[in-house]
Order: sequence, then C-alpha cells, then structure tokens
Amino acid sequence: MKALVLAEHGGGALKDSTLSTITAATQLGGDVTVLVAGSGAEAQQAADAAAQVAGVARVLLADDAAYGQMLAENVAALIVPLMDSHDALLCPATSNGKNIAPRVAALLDVMQVSDVLSIEGERTFTRPIYAGNAIATVESAEAKLVLTVRGTSFAKAEAAGGSAPVEPVGGSGDAGLSRFVGCEDSASDRPELTSAGVVVSGGRALKDAETFEAIITPLADKLHAAIGASRAAVDAGYIGNDHQVGQTGKIVAPEVYIAVGISGAIQHLAGMKDSKIIIAINKDPDAPIFQVADVGLVADIFEAVPELTSKL
Amino acid sequence: MKILVPVKRVIDYNVRPRVKADGSGVDLANVKMSMNPFDEIAVEQAVRLKEAGQAEEIVVVSVGPAKAADTLRSAMAMGADRAVLVQTEETVEPLAVAKILKAVFEAEQPGLVILGKQAIDDDCNQTGQMLAALTGRPQGTFASKVEIAGDSVNVTREVDGGLETIALTMPAIVTADLRLNEPRYASLPNIMKAKKKPIDTKTPEDFGVDVTPRLKVLKVSEPAGRAAGVLVGSVDELVAKIKDMGVVA
Ligand SMILES: Cc1cc2nc3c(=O)[nH]c(=O)nc-3n(C[C@@H](O)[C@H](O)[C@H](O)COP(=O)(O)OP(=O)(O)OC[C@H]3O[C@@H](n4cnc5c(N)ncnc54)[C@H](O)[C@@H]3O)c2cc1C
Ligand SMILES: Cc1cc2nc3c(=O)[nH]c(=O)nc-3n(C[C@H](O)[C@H](O)[C@H](O)COP(=O)(O)OP(=O)(O)OC[C@H]3O[C@@H](n4cnc5c(N)ncnc54)[C@H](O)[C@@H]3O)c2cc1C
Repeated sequence: MKALVLAEHGGGALKDSTLSTITAATQLGGDVTVLVAGSGAEAQQAADAAAQVAGVARVLLADDAAYGQMLAENVAALIVPLMDSHDALLCPATSNGKNIAPRVAALLDVMQVSDVLSIEGERTFTRPIYAGNAIATVESAEAKLVLTVRGTSFAKAEAAGGSAPVEPVGGSGDAGLSRFVGCEDSASDRPELTSAGVVVSGGRALKDAETFEAIITPLADKLHAAIGASRAAVDAGYIGNDHQVGQTGKIVAPEVYIAVGISGAIQHLAGMKDSKIIIAINKDPDAPIFQVADVGLVADIFEAVPELTSKL
Repeated sequence: MKILVPVKRVIDYNVRPRVKADGSGVDLANVKMSMNPFDEIAVEQAVRLKEAGQAEEIVVVSVGPAKAADTLRSAMAMGADRAVLVQTEETVEPLAVAKILKAVFEAEQPGLVILGKQAIDDDCNQTGQMLAALTGRPQGTFASKVEIAGDSVNVTREVDGGLETIALTMPAIVTADLRLNEPRYASLPNIMKAKKKPIDTKTPEDFGVDVTPRLKVLKVSEPAGRAAGVLVGSVDELVAKIKDMGVVA
C-alpha cells in the first residue's frame, strides 16, 4: 500500500500533526510519500524537514503561489492526479486536512474515513462518532483510501533519521474559483494547543475577557501550558475561536488538562477526555466534569486559582 | 438568487447516545431527534440573507426517512420557502448525499448552498466539501461570517490558527460553524404557516444515485471509560498532587 501524506506546515517547519499522520501512514505497511504544498522558501524548508523524518521514502514539493494558502480547490486538484500512483491519502484532521480531504475523496469517487483513531488492518479503522460517545470500527473496500487522522491518537514520527529525496511536482495551479483575502492569526509564543503537554482551559465562569486573562494566563504561564476554552467562553468573547476545545473545536490529549469553571458538557468532553490526567476546579460538586476528573477541587475559582498559581 | 440549505435529522444534542449491547450501532429507538444544530445555523443564515434582500428564495432539502419531513417543516417555520425530501430508509453516506445534492443543485441552480459543517451523529465533516468537488464549485468551510459582494461571497473561516477570509466566485458552497449566528426560535404563527408550505418528495433513484454504502461498519463500541478520580479538600492538597505529577519543578 503506497501512502501519500499531505503535510501540515507553517513557518518552514512541519506541524506535529504531520508527524503523527506519518506514523499512521507507516502502519499501512508500504512506502510513505509526503506532499508539501506551499509557496517559496518556507515550503522548501518544510520539504527539507519532511525529508529528515524517519520512515519517509520520498518528498514531493509543489511550490506555487496558488498553494500558499492551501485553498482547497487548488490543492485538491494537485492531489488527484498524484493518486494514480498512490493507494492511500492521509491528511491530518486539522482545519486544512478536513477542508481538503473530502474534496479529493469526492473527485476520486470514494468515501472518506474521517478522524481515524487507530489502524486495525490495511483497510480497517476505528473512528469516533456521536462526539466520541461511541467508537465505530469501519472497513473500506474503496479503490483508494482517503483518511483524516486524529493527531493525538498516533505517536509522532521521529523528526530525524531519514534522508528522503525531495522531488518537485507541478499541478494545475490556480483553479480561479477562490481567493485568499486575509487572516487574523492569533500568534502566540505559547505551546500549540493540540500538542502541548499541559493545557489550562477556562469556561463561562470566567465572566469576561479581562477576568479570563487575569485568572487563566498566570496559571498557564506557571505551567508552560497552552490555553484552552469551552465554547461558552469563546462565544462570550473571552478568547479567540482557535482556543475552543471540543467536538467542534480542537481535540487535545495532554499529559495534564486543567478545567477551570467548565461544567463538562459532552461536547466539551469530546475534545479532552483522552487527556492523561484531568484536573477540575468547579464550585458545583455535581458538575459532570468531576465524573471524568482524576483530581477534583470543589471551590470558587476566583479564590482557588490565584492561590494555586501562587503556591506552584 | 436562490439559496439551497441541506438539513439532516439527527439525535438531539442533549441526548446522551447509548451504544447497543450487540455492537451494531447506537440505540435510536424512542430517542428525541432534532435538526442537526449546525443546519439550524445554516437555515438561519439563509433567512437573514433573504431578510436583507440578498436572496429571493430558500429551498431546504433532506435526505432521510419519512420523519425527516418534520425537520424540513422546522426549517420552513424558521423561514425557508419550500422543501425537497429525498426519502430513503437506508443510512446514506456523505458521498451519496453529496451526489443527490448535486442533482438538486443542478435542478434548482442556487447561487449559494449553505450546509452545516458537520452532523453531530456521524461527525463526518465531509458533505459540503464533497458537494463542492462534484459541482466543481468553490467551498468556504467552517464559516463564522458570510458576506455577499456582487457575484462573489466573502467567507470568514474558523481555522486552527484563528480566522481566515476567502472570496469565492458564486455559485459557492458554504458550511456553517457555530459562531456564524444564533438561530431563531420559530414563532407559533410561522409554525402554522410552515404546515402549508410544499414538500416535494423524491427518492435517490429519481436522481439516479446509488446509495449503497461504501464503508462497512464492523462494530460500534463504547469508548474506554475513565477510572474514578479523587476530590481534594484544599488548594494545598491540589498543589501537592500537581507537584507529584512532575509538571512543575
Ligand atoms: C452507529 C452508526 C452506524 C452507521 N452505519 C452505517 C452503515 O452501515 N453504512 C453507512 O453507509 N453509513 C453508516 N453510518 C453513517 C451514516 O449514518 C451517516 O449519516 C452518514 O455517513 C452522513 O455523515 P454525516 O451526517 O456525519 O455528514 P457530514 O458531512 O458531517 O454532514 C455535513 C452537512 O451535510 C448536510 N447533510 C448531511 N447528511 C444529510 C442528509 N442526509 N440530508 C440533507 N443534508 C445532509 C447537512 O447540512 C450537514 O450539516 C452509520 C453511522 C452511525 C452513527
Ligand atoms: C452542536 C454543538 C457543538 C458544541 N461544541 C462544543 C465544543 O466543541 N466545545 C465546548 O466546550 N462546547 C461545545 N458545545 C457547548 C456545550 O454544550 C456547553 O454549552 C459548553 O461546553 C458549556 O461551557 P461551560 O462549561 O464553560 O459553561 P457552563 O456549562 O455554563 O458551565 C460553567 C461552570 O462553571 C461553574 N462555575 C461558575 N462560577 C464558578 C466559580 N466562581 N467558581 C467555580 N466554578 C464556577 C459552574 O458550576 C458551571 O459548572 C457545543 C454545543 C452544541 C449544541
């Protein structure tokens, strides 16, 4: 089974989700090719990084301004002809992967398997349904496999040790259907939410953006943690959408997840219940978050969290 | 301009799904079903565009059992004008749904299709992207803002890094994220009015689409549970626990 992995990259480096997806691809048992689509020096650097990853046989670099923003129309058209010589496409289940993979699958007339949690056999996979309240084992008999891979479910491939050749590939470039207008990147020097070792998340209890910042940030700083949030906190504008954890936000599985003033709705649990250790602070002893927490503290967050931060 | 909104009937988001003992699926007998929450947001967006004078007609479509007519009525109570029910008792995968929607798209010639970004039962997050591929049209997925500007539509997308705005040439396919809007509750008079709005019932065969599943579900199981935790009595005890875990020096 020849696998093609679509790399998620930024700033000339591969994202951790790419390394996890490479691990999933190697489990399919055949050659692994990594496709880096992008533009300019950063794409070249990402391709060079991909060439170093253990287990990668070949790197394809599609360097074109049309791929710089990963517009689905352009990138899907690039991938489809490459599938003539590959049996499986694996994309990280990131916003790019989720945007592009189904477009490729439909063009290939195959059903995609979304959010793969494990590879049970060459054509058998597990995936979450109903917000992770059930796990389906599915088998695909499709001519080509198209999978999106949940990063937190696969170990990262070693970033060093490989020496794959980097080959240029050309595609059809700009499909002329869509145009990038702009972005508001919430750049931060904190660890990335989906791969951080520790995540501190705040919920509706945090009242407003200033209070969220005043209570959550110092604790996160102390623990070198990424900052997460419930949907209620994001909806109320305490923090940006890219911090939302849950069924419809990001999936995290850190060593330690600290839920501050979060009730623990199933849609939130869907995004964090695979964390190694869950700590919850909530004033309501009946909050459902305590049912999944390893360590719980029933307390008012406005007293307990500053005290915790100062004592750590 | 016409707007097409596909809506799916799913388990209500407040219901805790239970896996059947025989591992064949999730027990949906006597469970409350509702419109997929993302699809309510899609309908709301279409209605707002119509109210703003940017669309003339809203057509809602559902692929599903006879009961999906209820979901279509809810959408019409929110403000959609008419409905198409593509009736089948089979489970229909996103690829087949997209093929049916493509046929409806070709018949209706909408300027915009607004779907939900994912259905909360199967969490596939595929249908909109697949429809865009099959119709050869651009896609604006995970939308938190949709603005029509002449013959193109600006879509602000919720992406991993924050927000991104793209411009799509219409006709375009948009999938709605949670923060696009807050759907209205249908008023009683509108619920009554919706009962008189037309539903055109079709079958997948009418569109020449084979809905035979491509994926085989071998089993459905409960996720691994978590062992019971402990409650600590004070911040000091919590500090001790955290220090034990080795996450701080
Ligand atoms: C326990 C279980 C067992 C299953 N078994 C099988 C099986 O044996 N075979 C099989 O083929 N599938 C099976 N399925 C999958 C099937 O039930 C899903 O409905 C299907 O795959 C659609 O995925 P989705 O709704 O998540 O699509 P998504 O891509 O997440 O939906 C996105 C959007 O597309 C639109 N949309 C999606 N579906 C429809 C629709 N029907 N009508 C109108 N608009 C729609 C809506 O706007 C929706 O918001 C199973 C699912 C479960 C949970
Ligand atoms: C389709 C759909 C998708 C969704 N996706 C997501 C998702 O991806 N992620 C997500 O998080 N949610 C999601 N939700 C929303 C989810 O259902 C809940 O509404 C949300 O998670 C609640 O956020 P919360 O826990 O912050 O707020 P609440 O449920 O209001 O909980 C606040 C908690 O804070 C506690 N509290 C209040 N004051 C204090 C205090 N002073 N000290 C200590 N504790 C205090 C309260 O006891 C309460 O438990 C989704 C919902 C739907 C319908």
